[in-house]
Amino acid sequence: MRKEIIRIEDLKRDFVVGEETVHALRGVSFSICEGEFVTIMGTSGSGKSTLLNLIGCLDTPTQGEYYLDGISVKTMNKNQRATLRNRKIGFIFQSYNLLPKTTAVDNVQLPLMYNSDVSAKERRQRSIRALQLVGLGDRLQHKSNQMSGGQQQRVAIARALVNEPVIILADEATGNLDTRTSFEILTLLQRLNTEEGRTIIFVTHNPELAEYSSRNIVIRDGRIKSDTYNPSVRSAKETLDKLPKQD
Amino acid sequence: MNLTNLLKIALQALNGNKFRGFLTMLGIIIGVAAVITMLAIGQGSKKSIQEQIATMGSNMINIRPGGEQFGGVRRSAGEMQTLKLEDFEAIEKEAPYISAASPEVSSSGQVIFGANNSPTSIYGVSPSYLDIRKYKVAQGEVFSDEDVRSSAKVCVIGQTVVDNLFTNNEDPVGQTIRFNKIPFKVIGVLESKGDNTMGMDQDDIILAPYSTIQKRILAITYIHSMAVSASSEDATEDAIAGIQTILRRQHKIGPNAEDDFNVRSQKELISMMSSTTDMMTVLLACIAGISLFVGGIGIMNIMYVSVTERTREIGLRMSIGAKGFDILMQFLIEAILLSVTGGIIGVILGIGSAFIVKNILAWPIDIEFYTVILSFLVCTITGIFFGWYPAKKAADLDPIEALRYE
Ligand SMILES: Nc1ncnc2c1ncn2[C@@H]1O[C@H](COP(=O)(O)OP(=O)(O)OP(=O)(O)O)[C@@H](O)[C@H]1O
Ligand SMILES: [Mg+2]
Repeated sequence: MRKEIIRIEDLKRDFVVGEETVHALRGVSFSICEGEFVTIMGTSGSGKSTLLNLIGCLDTPTQGEYYLDGISVKTMNKNQRATLRNRKIGFIFQSYNLLPKTTAVDNVQLPLMYNSDVSAKERRQRSIRALQLVGLGDRLQHKSNQMSGGQQQRVAIARALVNEPVIILADEATGNLDTRTSFEILTLLQRLNTEEGRTIIFVTHNPELAEYSSRNIVIRDGRIKSDTYNPSVRSAKETLDKLPKQD
Repeated sequence: MNLTNLLKIALQALNGNKFRGFLTMLGIIIGVAAVITMLAIGQGSKKSIQEQIATMGSNMINIRPGGEQFGGVRRSAGEMQTLKLEDFEAIEKEAPYISAASPEVSSSGQVIFGANNSPTSIYGVSPSYLDIRKYKVAQGEVFSDEDVRSSAKVCVIGQTVVDNLFTNNEDPVGQTIRFNKIPFKVIGVLESKGDNTMGMDQDDIILAPYSTIQKRILAITYIHSMAVSASSEDATEDAIAGIQTILRRQHKIGPNAEDDFNVRSQKELISMMSSTTDMMTVLLACIAGISLFVGGIGIMNIMYVSVTERTREIGLRMSIGAKGFDILMQFLIEAILLSVTGGIIGVILGIGSAFIVKNILAWPIDIEFYTVILSFLVCTITGIFFGWYPAKKAADLDPIEALRYE
């Protein structure tokens, strides 16, 4: 059996807005093993981002248990969670969130700056390797504002990889990109999943993308509606090759 | 996260916004430069007054004829003849807390030696005058009490007089000079004291026995004034009180009548002048301090804008593992870097302008090391103080909300 990376037990998250309580998550349970590529889908407001923030240790659940890589997150304080994020999690955002006027290398090495175990030299080497992995080996010194959206998202992926996380979390990572570039990013993530063995959770609105992942979880109104494994994962690269070059 | 990394991050952030950084620093630069220049000016004038004390003798007491004020108009001491030699003798003999006393009579006129002549002043004093006014003999000797008794035509001359008269490098001691046609034998030369801070040449002087000046030059029996040395600086007040009692008795002044003389200590004069300059220094320092404060508010303002502007960046940093403390330190270090850099530039500018004031306006300047350190500390503290609140605000942000910030 493969190693279990995430285990969630009856996770609940309530937001109190004024007098009202919003039940964003009403009890979610599942576990994710090493090497899985999970897509999470659901209508707007169903609680996907809330779930991802909990998995990413940015937020704490109102109720329920969460184990990341065997560690119970519930009992951790703010600083411990920050360290946990730094060592075990890679985030990819819809809006890239690169530092402006900063080179690709400097952007990528940012997570390692907050890890005093990594020397400046190692930091640089690992950043360059991560950038090479996402196909930006020739753009190391480009500043973020000198790159296209797709390239910026690749830099962001490299940044998510650089700390060798146990899991990569992507919240609508292709939401701002056109179809072709979306598939380029998806191809990259698929390659990182199969070749590098990275575990990925990918939140998306696009139902088509379920075919490209090994597992699909659908959320509705704060509960899991379906959780299905995909026996025949489609190759994003093949789809990309079939797409017209110019549209 | 270690400090070098934090420093790197702060430097990167500042680097991206150099001009704004400079504008932020401007307040601190002007503030620190103002503090240093103002304190240099204040301290300079105070120090020049203190130097004056040192050259004139801090325990010196002057006795002049005439009360404090005469119907608003002070008459010149020379016109008044109320101080007598007997008064001097009584003071010298009876007054407590004094170590030396000398009468003073003076005249100005032309001094001649050979073909050279120059205008100068001659002071008729007793030998102890040299101690009171801190003059020293460089060459030759001082006239004696016997010279005073016999009204000997001998004198001791200052360096300026030597330079004016003895242009051929003659040895002045033993020569005879003429003051207002009266011959005086030079028996000693004074050590040079230089200008006092009022710009008066303290070496342009001839000292002779007072009896000689009274009889041969002025033809008077009264004295112009007296110089007294208190036994110590702390004893000046007691000495003054003693002198006043003696003089009132000598002059037969009734209990309710005003003094017909006035006794002033050098110390009193100095402290009067120092208190004026102290007040000036405090005033200048206040103005400068206010500008430093305004500079600090400038930093706070910019840091606030910076935190708001970079909310998403803060969210991102937190999501990749920055602790609240890291964010706090990042912004605090930014604020400190701004204020310290501003402080360094301000110190350089302040010292520079102090020297400009010195060289162009010829004002006395004194840059105390501690004022430099102080203004430097103040601006670092300003950085921490005014950087703290915005930095704290950044550190307390919720990462999810910060990431969502538009
Ligand atoms: N900080 C918050 N305060 C109050 N309510 C919140 C907060 N965050 C989320 N919610 C509520 O929780 C529910 C789930 O929100 P969430 O952002 O997880 O939805 P989502 O599935 O990511 O939607 P979308 O696809 O539009 O991004 C929504 O009803 C939302 O209003
Ligand atoms: Mg969402």
